[in-house]
Amino acid sequence: MLWDIFWILAGVACIIAVVLGATSYLTWYERKVLGLIQVRKGPNIVGPFGLLQPVADGIKVLCKETIFPARAHVPLFIFAPVLTFFLALASWAVVPFDKGLVLADINVGVLYILALSSLSVYALIIAGWASNAKYPFLGALRAAAQMISYEVSIGLIFVCVLLFAGSLNLSRIVEAQKDGWFVFSLLFPMMILFFVAALAETNRSPFDLPEGESELVGGFNTEYSSMIFAMFFLGEYANMILVSAMISILFLGGWLAPFEGLSFIPGFVWFAAKIALCLFVFLWVRGTLPRYRYDQLMRIGWKFFLPVSLFWVVISATWVLWRGYGVG
Amino acid sequence: MIEAVIFYMFAFVLMAAAAACVSVRQPVLAVLSLILCFFNAAGLMVLLGAEFLAFVVLIVYVGAVAVLFLFVVMMLDVRAPAAEPKKRQRFLRPAFAVVTAILFLEILVVVFSSLSASDVAPVIEADFENTRLLGQVLYTDYIYPFQMAGLLLLVGMIGAMALTLTKRKEVKRQKLWDQLDRRAGEVLEVRSVKTGEGLL
Repeated sequence: MLWDIFWILAGVACIIAVVLGATSYLTWYERKVLGLIQVRKGPNIVGPFGLLQPVADGIKVLCKETIFPARAHVPLFIFAPVLTFFLALASWAVVPFDKGLVLADINVGVLYILALSSLSVYALIIAGWASNAKYPFLGALRAAAQMISYEVSIGLIFVCVLLFAGSLNLSRIVEAQKDGWFVFSLLFPMMILFFVAALAETNRSPFDLPEGESELVGGFNTEYSSMIFAMFFLGEYANMILVSAMISILFLGGWLAPFEGLSFIPGFVWFAAKIALCLFVFLWVRGTLPRYRYDQLMRIGWKFFLPVSLFWVVISATWVLWRGYGVG
Repeated sequence: MIEAVIFYMFAFVLMAAAAACVSVRQPVLAVLSLILCFFNAAGLMVLLGAEFLAFVVLIVYVGAVAVLFLFVVMMLDVRAPAAEPKKRQRFLRPAFAVVTAILFLEILVVVFSSLSASDVAPVIEADFENTRLLGQVLYTDYIYPFQMAGLLLLVGMIGAMALTLTKRKEVKRQKLWDQLDRRAGEVLEVRSVKTGEGLL
């Protein structure tokens, strides 16, 4: 009993350490990739290849002064970044890193992820409202509308994958791809849709309108500084990694090796490699595409993504009825 | 033991949040405590073993419905109402009391009838996912009520669209296809300008 609790806590500590490490190095990865895209070197002063840059950034942000706006609702103002950070970490509880390597192997893992991602809207709304200022409030309203719109399509895309896998359990979804990943099936268009919807869901460029600096200063986090800003920042990057992990699990076969001959390499290495690949596309998009206008964002969300994903649910259901679960 | 502790934690926060929801002056805080309420209700459902329903409550009520509540309350910028309600609101009080009493009686009836029926409740096999079970029940035994509920929602959806779908003449709409269909030759003219003469 006591040992069970100890092992669970050890697992939680491991996951938090890995996710936080990955998150801080994602900032380094982003700056390197953006640097290469723009033909410069990126961070290269602190440590070899600038590898210690995240540490330096962390120390800098810890030493800064925390400023609360005079008319802010202080408890909620602090609660918002804490909520973002908490949700970004809590979602990892159900992610299978390797065969059997998962903290909570629950039957409704997909729903758990979806529920937590729908909760993360609140952090942004609360931040915007608690700041009691115009720009954060506008940013929060944009974030709320944007995330709700894209969550609908993300839910429908999940349904397509679930129809193919025949289970809501993330480990079983990966197992269902043993004979062929879901990318190489009827679900390929859904992967592209999921990726674009994920860009909108995580407020990443080209859909980073909630924090569009050219119109809203900094959006919902305009008034934030120091550690509470860092929590927003880390939460956003942890969410990016989580979404990449979801793409790997739902479409790219999670911990499975691409060929049978390569399965001597441990599963979590494959999983990490797939996540790194997805993250590269995230950064590539950021370095390439200009920002969308808000009405364009809403139009493709409701008038393209929603009907297409709904139609694809029908197609997937027909296919599964005809050929049975899985790709074969 | 641990389950009891968790149950009382959820139940206590649920009651406290519900009380806060109806007694807090600031509308935004009231909506936030309502959300806390939903969240704890979902926690109680997980304890009951109904994890599918719990997460659906989180996704639908917390993730969508309550966000819209919060949205409206924030957009309208509702200030805390004055201490004394208006005449019309005072007139409505008995009506609210009656509705609340009926709802409360309903809950009591459900609770007591389920208490007496608990020993004949069907035993669910442990390895049966309750998502699958729920799906099977919804699409076989309760197919008509289920479809009726769907129809009701459809009617509500069409109603909402019909209410907001008005063509206003003063609003300029962007015609995407007209814009994309434009060719450079139709709108651009290339001229060579001589120095000192200008275009005209």
